[in-house]
Amino acid sequence: MSRLLSHRLAVPAGVALLVVALSFVLPSSFYLRVAALVWISALAVIGLNLLMGFAGQVSLGHAGFFGLGAYAVAVLPAQFGLHPLLAVVAGAAICGGIAFLVGRPILKLKGHYLAVATLGFGILIAMAISNEAWLTGGPDGMPVSRLTLFGWRARGADTWYWITGGLLVVGAWIAVNLVASPTGRALRALHDSEVAARVAGIDVARYKVKVFVISAVYASVAGSALALVNGFITPETADFMHSIELVTMVVLGGMGSVLGSIVGAAILIVLPQVLTAFHEYEHLLLGLMMMVIMIVLRSGIVPSLAALFSRRRS
Amino acid sequence: MPELLQFCVSGLTVGAVYALVALGFTIIYNASDVVNFAQGEFVMIGGMATVFLTAAGIALPLAALLAIVAAMAIGLALHRFAIEPARGASAVTLIIITIGASIFLRGLAQVVFDKQFHSLPAFSGDEPVRFGGAAILPQSFWVLAGAGVIVLALWAFFNRTLLGKAVLATAANRLAARLVGINTSFVVGFSFVVSAGIGAVAGILVTPITLTSYDIGTLLALKGFAAAMLGGMGNPLGAIVGGLAVGLLEALGAGYISSTYKDAIAFIVILGVLFVLPGGLFGKASVERV
Repeated sequence: MSRLLSHRLAVPAGVALLVVALSFVLPSSFYLRVAALVWISALAVIGLNLLMGFAGQVSLGHAGFFGLGAYAVAVLPAQFGLHPLLAVVAGAAICGGIAFLVGRPILKLKGHYLAVATLGFGILIAMAISNEAWLTGGPDGMPVSRLTLFGWRARGADTWYWITGGLLVVGAWIAVNLVASPTGRALRALHDSEVAARVAGIDVARYKVKVFVISAVYASVAGSALALVNGFITPETADFMHSIELVTMVVLGGMGSVLGSIVGAAILIVLPQVLTAFHEYEHLLLGLMMMVIMIVLRSGIVPSLAALFSRRRS
Repeated sequence: MPELLQFCVSGLTVGAVYALVALGFTIIYNASDVVNFAQGEFVMIGGMATVFLTAAGIALPLAALLAIVAAMAIGLALHRFAIEPARGASAVTLIIITIGASIFLRGLAQVVFDKQFHSLPAFSGDEPVRFGGAAILPQSFWVLAGAGVIVLALWAFFNRTLLGKAVLATAANRLAARLVGINTSFVVGFSFVVSAGIGAVAGILVTPITLTSYDIGTLLALKGFAAAMLGGMGNPLGAIVGGLAVGLLEALGAGYISSTYKDAIAFIVILGVLFVLPGGLFGKASVERV
């Protein structure tokens, strides 16, 4: 089972199956919309998981990249007339570039120092977005023009369900291949011991920056997708609480697990939708569930369940 | 010049609160290696509980005392029911648990209290004291003096009492502390109670100046965490200097550079310091043994 779960084709195929199967089950466009939001978050979480789960580097500012991606598809078409698809690419390039520039000095830091540095970095991006109102509409946010391609307009929950689902499958496929590649092995080596990895001839700093850039691009593309789906964007996409939400999704689902990323994203996106019925107690219940899940399944839902399953079999 | 003095006083006042939050981080971190992101909620509980108890007709000093006790009880509960059961979990898992706790406490405050902003009357009037051309609120003196008393009391506690030394021993090496007969689990729980009490005092002192509401904890925890890292995580002196520095930087940045980017200025400086001194201002350069 666990071998099947980590097979290179099994994971993206499984994700594709999930996306197709769910499309038959979900009863209305509201559910399709929530599912699309899950796919988008899962995409960002897979990227962050590459950084946290495989390379062992925490980032408390990842929503900064997510927000930059989102604002790229809002600002670039509105201000410079760029096609939204090109804006997605431009956003990803900008995020990758920024991650490349700040990656080396930031990733020199370890543990909690890295946490506070990425946190500060994320807050700077969020503040710039909400303060530069002439460009971004400030705290009120700004509208995002519809995605059109050769006269076809992407609209409706089902259209976006398939587009975001497709993005997730591609993202999962790239991640699984990356993990199985020499880069993935190098990342796992430096996760276990940076010194040992260096002794083995791995350029630790270069690989850390590489995975930081990759995870930033994942977050940026996910942010762009969210902006296009919602048609409206606010600075909250880049703020600290969203960064924390992304990290929580990674840890909740399971570090180093692509499937865990999807499970973690699904829980934190769906749970608030369910809890709105208890709107007064929403935060109380959300916090309580986060604590209970992390105490009971401390290595994350998917790895914990996988361990349970394999123990029962043997 | 009076302008500069004015900025310094308001910066130090807010900075004293950051310093107390950072001190709370440090005490818990030293005893248990846990970074407690619910630290800001203790400040909120202190302020909010005092507001609602005084509104219920209880005299301010008694209300403040009850609020501190309530925060300490919550700190103890946090340790017993969330941190202790997760012993041995990874640092990130523990951080998520304390963030869960902070969301939970915020939700609890929303239900028990409300979502409004609240204030307390200043302890000794609102008549500003004129000093060198600057107008200083009497409450600022309360905050600064309160922070000073807490720091002195902690210093005496750690250096003069047996329990304080047990906490230091646990911080230095938990296994060794247990071997010499220290009940380390009690010490860790105790550190949560003390941190909660310190946070609550800070919340009560500063509420007349900055107001309070159920969700002020997040930003305070962020600033306190950043201040603790600026000083060097785990160093109490660093926490105090870091807190005051963040407060000062904010006030000066807001006054002279840009008030919209006041939070950013503190974080830019922290990033700059960490790039030059990766262990913070007072951090020891640690050597990883292979």
